[in-house]
Amino acid sequence: MSLLVVEDLHKRYGKEEVLRGVSFTLEPGETKVIIGPSGTGKSTLLRCINRLTEPDRGRIWLNGEEITSPRVNIYRIRAQIGFVFQDFNLFTHLTALDNVRLGLIRVKRMPKREATERALRELARVGLADKANAYPAQLSGGQQQRVSIARALAMDPKLILFDEPTSALDPELIGEVLEVMIELAKGGMTMLVVTHEMGFARSVADEIIFMEKGVIVEQGPPEAIFTRPKVPRTAEFLRKITEFYGEQG
Amino acid sequence: MTAGDWRGLVEGIPSLLGGLGINLQILLGLIALGFFAGIVVALIQVYAPRPLAAVAIGYEWFFRGVPEMVLLMLVYFGLRQFHVPISPFIAAVIALGLRSSAYQSQIFRGAIQAVGSNQMMAALSVGMTRFQAIRHVILPQALRLSIPPWSNEFSSVLKDTTLTSAIGVIEVFKRARFIMGRNYALALPTFMVVALFFLALTYLGNWGLGALERRYRIPGLEAKGAGERF
Ligand SMILES: Nc1ncnc2c1ncn2[C@@H]1O[C@H](COP(=O)(O)OP(=O)(O)OP(=O)(O)O)[C@@H](O)[C@H]1O
Ligand SMILES: [Mg+2]
Repeated sequence: MSLLVVEDLHKRYGKEEVLRGVSFTLEPGETKVIIGPSGTGKSTLLRCINRLTEPDRGRIWLNGEEITSPRVNIYRIRAQIGFVFQDFNLFTHLTALDNVRLGLIRVKRMPKREATERALRELARVGLADKANAYPAQLSGGQQQRVSIARALAMDPKLILFDEPTSALDPELIGEVLEVMIELAKGGMTMLVVTHEMGFARSVADEIIFMEKGVIVEQGPPEAIFTRPKVPRTAEFLRKITEFYGEQG
Repeated sequence: MTAGDWRGLVEGIPSLLGGLGINLQILLGLIALGFFAGIVVALIQVYAPRPLAAVAIGYEWFFRGVPEMVLLMLVYFGLRQFHVPISPFIAAVIALGLRSSAYQSQIFRGAIQAVGSNQMMAALSVGMTRFQAIRHVILPQALRLSIPPWSNEFSSVLKDTTLTSAIGVIEVFKRARFIMGRNYALALPTFMVVALFFLALTYLGNWGLGALERRYRIPGLEAKGAGERF
């Protein structure tokens, strides 16, 4: 059974139809990378999946449960879907440890000691055990993003959504975040990643989804997409993006 | 001033201090009312659906627009008119508290908006309810940002407590006028003492709020200076 099924998702902001019928599935342990030009609805799609944005039409299932149903407890669902933001969005007033611990204590109602242990383990996993007591403003962008990944991991998510996790980073900090993501993918985490990092897409993704103007133009394994895309637009986009960002892998 | 005048002034000071105690009680009451109501009004303005938010904006407009003296009269004589046995003290706390809540809501609203919607989104993304997000993520940050503008409001309402003499609260200003009424030569020195009281309280209050701000300053953000982030 697919872990995530997205069926005919539509979303409109005013006159602009941002998502125009998006459908795809994600198998357990799979990493899919979404690429596509700016303003195409990639972020909107991710936010619809945990209903930070309400889709206008279409249905989504997580582990066989329809999460777009009005009866579903959306808070319980969101706790099972990690979200990593482009701008990290760490809680500014809390230390790295408290950032990771907050959801465990408030959402999972975990006893404080247990939550602390768990949070420290996740920080260690992203290589930041020694920064547990640092505040976000005392961390580099790469470190902040790794804390935010730890925050998502601590909740034991079935799936993590990444929205351009390295786009806000200085080039020399991108690697440390990608490394963590590669480890996660290898460890069997299910991930849906919007990124312009073609090296990562190529080497880590099981499938690439190319989106443009609110629809999926083409999807398939990286080899196929990168070497013999079926749709001319895909080839054109890939050429532009490699010119702009370089090959990197 | 004659020796007798001096004695009169010194003898009047305990009464003035007693009056000041009443100003402080009103201050405490009105600040607390204004604080909690102000937070609620600000949260409604930012997060509630349109119609409710509009009501909160109307509320703010009303209580910021009506002169405080008129508000005092409206609450005190208004409630008396309807046979509500309200004391001048309580009327003063309510009238000035509601007025302050309008000003404080403006402070809190600005601070909540400065915290930004991304923090709310991040909190929701780990499964928190809106209420939890407000309680554990938004307000702790917004309240920190509120301290500098809030100290202006504090100084302002501290002084406003002297207006309550108009509805019969026997506070420090009223008592100063009693003393002046008995011996006109004491007018200037008595009001100078009252002025000193308020200067001291303003100084103390701002010192305390400055300490609070330093105590809760977020490490790593010092460089910007909490006061400048507004
Ligand atoms: N909350 C919103 N209100 C109104 N319009 C929005 C909102 N969010 C997104 N949009 C619009 O929807 C379109 C798609 O935005 P989205 O952020 O999903 O694109 P994207 O593919 O993630 O682009 P980028 O690569 O720049 O991040 C854009 O035109 C954007 O202006
Ligand atoms: Mg985006």
